Amino acid sequence: MIRMRQIRKVYSTGKVEVEALRGVDLEIGSNEYVAIVGPSGSGKSTLMNIVGCLDTPTSGEYVLSGERVGGLDRNRLAEIRNRRIGFVFQNFNLLPYATALENVELPLLFAGAAAKERRERASAMLDKVGLGDRLEHKPTELSGGQMQRVAIARALVNTPAILLADEPTGNLDSAAGKAIVSLFAELHASGQTIVLITHDAGIAKLASRVVQVRDGQIVEDRRAA
Amino acid sequence: MRARYEFVKTEAALVWRLFRADAEHQTKRIALTVLAIAWGTLSIVMLLSFGEGLKRAFHKSKRGLGESIAILWPGATTKAFAGLPSGRSISFRDEDAGLLKERIPEIGALSREYAKRIGVTYGKKTVNARVRGVDPSFGEIRHVFAQSGGRFVDEIDLNEKRRVVVLGDELATDLFGSSQPLGRSVQINQSSFLVIGVMQPKTMMGMYSGPDKNQASIPATTFKAMFTDAKVQNLVYRPVSPVAADQAKAEVYRILGAKYRFDPDDTRAISIWDTREDQRIVDNIGIGIQMFLGVIGALTLFVGGMGVANIMYAVVKERTREIGVKMALGAKMRQVMTPFVLEALLMTVIGGFLGTTVSLGLMAGIAAMPLKGEAFDFLGRPTFSPGVASATAAALGTIGMLAGYFPARRAASVNPAESLRYE
Repeated sequence: MIRMRQIRKVYSTGKVEVEALRGVDLEIGSNEYVAIVGPSGSGKSTLMNIVGCLDTPTSGEYVLSGERVGGLDRNRLAEIRNRRIGFVFQNFNLLPYATALENVELPLLFAGAAAKERRERASAMLDKVGLGDRLEHKPTELSGGQMQRVAIARALVNTPAILLADEPTGNLDSAAGKAIVSLFAELHASGQTIVLITHDAGIAKLASRVVQVRDGQIVEDRRAA
Repeated sequence: MRARYEFVKTEAALVWRLFRADAEHQTKRIALTVLAIAWGTLSIVMLLSFGEGLKRAFHKSKRGLGESIAILWPGATTKAFAGLPSGRSISFRDEDAGLLKERIPEIGALSREYAKRIGVTYGKKTVNARVRGVDPSFGEIRHVFAQSGGRFVDEIDLNEKRRVVVLGDELATDLFGSSQPLGRSVQINQSSFLVIGVMQPKTMMGMYSGPDKNQASIPATTFKAMFTDAKVQNLVYRPVSPVAADQAKAEVYRILGAKYRFDPDDTRAISIWDTREDQRIVDNIGIGIQMFLGVIGALTLFVGGMGVANIMYAVVKERTREIGVKMALGAKMRQVMTPFVLEALLMTVIGGFLGTTVSLGLMAGIAAMPLKGEAFDFLGRPTFSPGVASATAAALGTIGMLAGYFPARRAASVNPAESLRYE
């Protein structure tokens, strides 16, 4: 599903060049549940951005679902993010002025789905994450855990190949965090490929595979027994 | 195509909600921006409408003398011709009018004009006026039209040398005050003349021998009978169409040149005032003034547009994170840009609507004011025409698009990975 070869990413800020990724090789197969861990500044965020097609590598080859991502233009990358990747962020990133339903409809809207179809699929997905009774609520009327569920519904509504979550429990209390983690486990059990970025060893442990990043390189790649 | 329609439809609903949410937070800023657009619209609508009113007043007054007409005066030769010396005076004879009319098919209507400055008396009141002897076509050529109830000199008047007179409107007021002149008699050169018409008031931009409102017209034959030694002072004619005017002029020189034996190229032997040239100038001045006013209005509106662009840049900055989220969810560049363009357009449309409404109100107010006098006759009234409306709409639309487009392009060029980190 994901195949990366010798991915390098160099940020140049004026005269100084910072090498965030220094030759990363990574393969992730279908229905894997991978946790990418590492201290801050290790390059795990950069890696996530590249996996999520939010950023392009300086060099190296990235093939996602059989498609080479390198060298694609902005609109084509937007399409790939829309169809293949579902993002879940630490701070939810819901549109504050839109209802839960409208937030979940967004990826379908960008894909050009008709209003009726959008509504049906979005409300079905909110139902699935346990928010079938909160469709018309604005984010400010929801708890943190509920907001993250809306974000997960939004990430999954377009049936992406990969669910890409960046510290999804970072802004939640432990009870809500636990609920999200078990939701991830359920999703994985039903066949969803998940890539999770976290620095929380306790959460990483629940994944079927843990990839450790340090100084822009993968230092450990361990599968659960 | 359908996807795009769906997107714009839903996005428009979201933009409206976003705009309302913004409006709550930034009431003052949005109000000021909308006000700037409203003010710009007001300026452009008022200035263009004044221009339109002016143009119409110009158009009306330039026809005061007649449309595309030419006036002929006898002059003196400046070239020796056929053995005759230069400096010879030419004078018109009574039959010249008939000759030109018959020989030049390009002339549509033609009239002689005899004239004398003489007293016109009603009761105890005498006004010294220019009394002119003319043919029936004079009224229509020179746009001397009778007010309702009256008429101009006609063929029967001419054939029977009737003693009838058409008074200029001011002359009529000078003589009769507020009483009705029609059917009464005035004394001209100790003869009694029946008043058969009073001229409709009109504004004249160009004239010769004074304004028509102070003159009296009588049949040419009556004039000639009264003043037997009178010579034709000038001829006036209107070509069949404006395009035939040059040909008609050339023919006049050729025929009269042959008759009075002067060089047809000697334009001083007979001077012809071709009013088309003046009318063209007046037209161009009118267009020039309207363009000038339009540019001033457009610049004012442009300032308002800069206000919108400014606020949109700020909005783009504030929503950097939101733009990043949308991009992460797969929004294409166009889909990122559309809301910003729509929002700018929305502000422009609201401002434009306000400005237009206020200016229509102002114009109604001006129209209701009893403004009288010659200055206002020339200035006209501000007029909201379809032309003004479409020029304003085009200017507003362009400003709105531009004010939205550049900030939107900035929004779409945001790097999603970075903007997601933006606080």
